[in-house]
Amino acid sequence: MNKSVQGFLKLITDALRDLAPIIIVIAFFQIVVLQQPFPNIGGILVGLLCVVLGLALFVQGLEMGLFPIGEAMATAMTRKGSLIGLLSFAFLLGFGTTVAEPALIAVAAEAADIAGQSGTLANTVEAKANYAFGLRMTVALSVGAALVLGVYRILTGWPIQYFIIGGYILVVIITFFAPPEIIGIAYDSGGVTTSTITVPLVTALGVGLAATIKGRNPLLDGFGLIAFASLTPIIFVLIFGMVA
Amino acid sequence: MSVFFINLVEVTAATVLDVLPIAIILFVFQALVIRRKPANLKRVLIGFVYVLLGLSLFLVGLQEALFPIGKSMAEMLTNPEFLNIKAGDPVRWQDYIWVYVFAAAIGFATTVAEPSLIAVALKAQEVSGGSLKAFELRIAVAIGVAFGVSIGAYRIVSGTPLPYYIMAGYALVICQTFLASKPIIPLAYDSGGVTTSTVTVPVVAALGLGLASSIPGRSPLLDGFGLIAFASVFPIVSVLAYDMLISWLRGKNQANSNKNNEELSS
Repeated sequence: MNKSVQGFLKLITDALRDLAPIIIVIAFFQIVVLQQPFPNIGGILVGLLCVVLGLALFVQGLEMGLFPIGEAMATAMTRKGSLIGLLSFAFLLGFGTTVAEPALIAVAAEAADIAGQSGTLANTVEAKANYAFGLRMTVALSVGAALVLGVYRILTGWPIQYFIIGGYILVVIITFFAPPEIIGIAYDSGGVTTSTITVPLVTALGVGLAATIKGRNPLLDGFGLIAFASLTPIIFVLIFGMVA
Repeated sequence: MSVFFINLVEVTAATVLDVLPIAIILFVFQALVIRRKPANLKRVLIGFVYVLLGLSLFLVGLQEALFPIGKSMAEMLTNPEFLNIKAGDPVRWQDYIWVYVFAAAIGFATTVAEPSLIAVALKAQEVSGGSLKAFELRIAVAIGVAFGVSIGAYRIVSGTPLPYYIMAGYALVICQTFLASKPIIPLAYDSGGVTTSTVTVPVVAALGLGLASSIPGRSPLLDGFGLIAFASVFPIVSVLAYDMLISWLRGKNQANSNKNNEELSS
């Protein structure tokens, strides 16, 4: 019991350390640069307390829940030897976690607004809703495809740089043909797809796979799934902008 | 205070909804494909509850304490009055120095607190057997985000096309890939995607929108985007650079100790 209390105190001090830069930056700009008083200081302190406590709990939960289940899935799937099972798991994980992602829903709605205003799309609620839905599906499919490709890469042990560099070249080429108003959203969409719960799970899955399969190195082969999941949406959204 | 609790309940509900698809997928595969109870089931479930509760508290706290002030700060700093810019003056990028400083500082600070980056860095430290330090890795990523968001702010002010910057970033990454040591490469590529989530995106997006709407001739819809893209490319550059720096220092140390040994033996 004593040990777990000590462990939790360590997590709290780590969380304080992680949040110190934000507090310093905000305080510096508020007091020195903008020379404004802090509004509602009590609320801010309660909020900060929640943030510290929340971060400590999250990290504790990572080690207890998300990491072990991700690795356990990877180990169990490899033991089963079912390639189809593993790849469909990877696809569903990518698709399922992205399609309901709040950040993506927001971005898709904004993209539909832009298309409506620029005249490439009828400026009606229905047309925009269709466009936003199509965009969301496109991104979710692309993340699913990314995880399938990424998991397959771990199985084969191919070096990641060929895929990523190839992807970059593809992005550059498609950019020249895509309508200018979609480019900013497409480039941003790579960053918004990977949520805080998906990232640890997917990382643990990759590392678990690389650790279980003979001849794979967890550091060299296990990482990289997130990289795929942030590159393919750019390509898919650019293409979506050209087709839609 | 009651508003606070309502917020907490709402955010927790949203987080649960967020986790629901993952939980369903895990459950279905566990039941249909693997057909075996996972080890330490109770512990894992408690871990999930911690993650849910922790993330909800974290988000509510951010909404209470940081997002409003960070967003109003971004608006104030981009306000022409604060920057001493008169209406009708031509846009001069030098007038926006405080914006670049704020962009770099807040990009760095929010990245250090980013939970998904903490997760990836912890895993990397564990997998590398401690030869990669989680905290150093996070600082390297945060420096990349600081640099990226700051250049991204400059781009909005100057109104130059986004693709050129991102392509330059890609070119840099490709060159570095050939020079960096192999084990860091997948991790560096990953760090581009994990930097921009719960903490960084709202504040950085507010900065981009504030900038684009206060500068004459920029449209928030067209020019407000792109900061996240900067924050996803430049961490790759900085993590690869961090690896190159470490190899270089190690090489230098080795050369030094070789030299010392030679001196000793002679």
